Amino acid sequence: MKIGLHLRHNPHFKKGAKDMMSLAPGIFAWGLMTAVAMVNSGLGIWTSSLMTLTVFAGSAQLATTPLIMAHAPMWVVLATATCVNLRFVVFSIHLRPYMMHLSLKDRLFTGYLTGDLSYVLTVSKFPQASETLEGKNEQLAYLMGTNWINWLSWMSGSFIGIGLTAYIPIEWGLGFAGVLALVGMTCILVNNWLKLLGALVSSIAAIAAYALPLKLNIVVAIACAVMLCLLAESFKKPVIIDKTLHH
Amino acid sequence: MFDQFPSLEIILTLLALMLISILSRSMFFISNKQWSVPKWLERGLQYAPLAALCAVIAPQIFITQNQLISTWQDARIFAALAAIIFVYLRRKSGQPVLGAIVVGMAVYLPLHLALGW
Repeated sequence: MKIGLHLRHNPHFKKGAKDMMSLAPGIFAWGLMTAVAMVNSGLGIWTSSLMTLTVFAGSAQLATTPLIMAHAPMWVVLATATCVNLRFVVFSIHLRPYMMHLSLKDRLFTGYLTGDLSYVLTVSKFPQASETLEGKNEQLAYLMGTNWINWLSWMSGSFIGIGLTAYIPIEWGLGFAGVLALVGMTCILVNNWLKLLGALVSSIAAIAAYALPLKLNIVVAIACAVMLCLLAESFKKPVIIDKTLHH
Repeated sequence: MFDQFPSLEIILTLLALMLISILSRSMFFISNKQWSVPKWLERGLQYAPLAALCAVIAPQIFITQNQLISTWQDARIFAALAAIIFVYLRRKSGQPVLGAIVVGMAVYLPLHLALGW
């Protein structure tokens, strides 16, 4: 595809790739254990491989594998994946201003490749979409740099997992490295009290709403955290204005 | 090991799932229509990445078999704590997150495999 190739020479592509490299072991381990779980549940190596190459979404793969095994109707499988993927819909609202200068084909391609961590890295590096075309291309190059490392680590982990399923017991818990990558990333993002509040609210809400089906607890938790932080911001604002008035 | 190829039905299902990955991740930038995010939502979205990470992580640390854990003897808690402390001590250094993964697993694996936590 054009976009991956012409942005590769932008220096920000390398920066994105480098930033994603420190998360790569977590993504690798996560892909590895997702693959082991798929093969162990009886999906078979060919179907697991094809699923890895096409679907490219760990949580949706894990959620739909048992349904495919049980020959559930196709709409049930698709509805499940849609619900599990709802957090990506939230991300896409956020990413819209970064994307709209691209053609539809390139937007869809970029969107397909943008996983949780590449989204998080890119919007924390560039909180505002640039106004200029050059700036937008830099931001996009950064995103694509994170995306390719994400894709490569996920795919290599997955295929090694598919090949070595028999030798990697799930009880070892190697997939926890993926959780640790997210924990580390979270710590970097928490840089003020409001964000700490958001992190705590989201964690508690995700646990409290865990009984919801189809990982809907995740979007519920995001909604709770965003709303509560907005509310807390609005309480904070007058204080700041007061201070400036006194000076 | 070398089991059968997927049936046509499964291939179609996987392609449809791929389409869902594409559409859900692109949902709000498919349409060309002039539209921008309302200001309040734009401010709110700055918390979305963090909230999404925590919403994914928290259950994976504190829930076992659909239940909130009732013991502190769980390798995941100590590993996550070690990772958090590491990042805060080393956040100015080159690779704090990579270090957090390594330190966290160094705490997790012995507790989990040797002590069965």
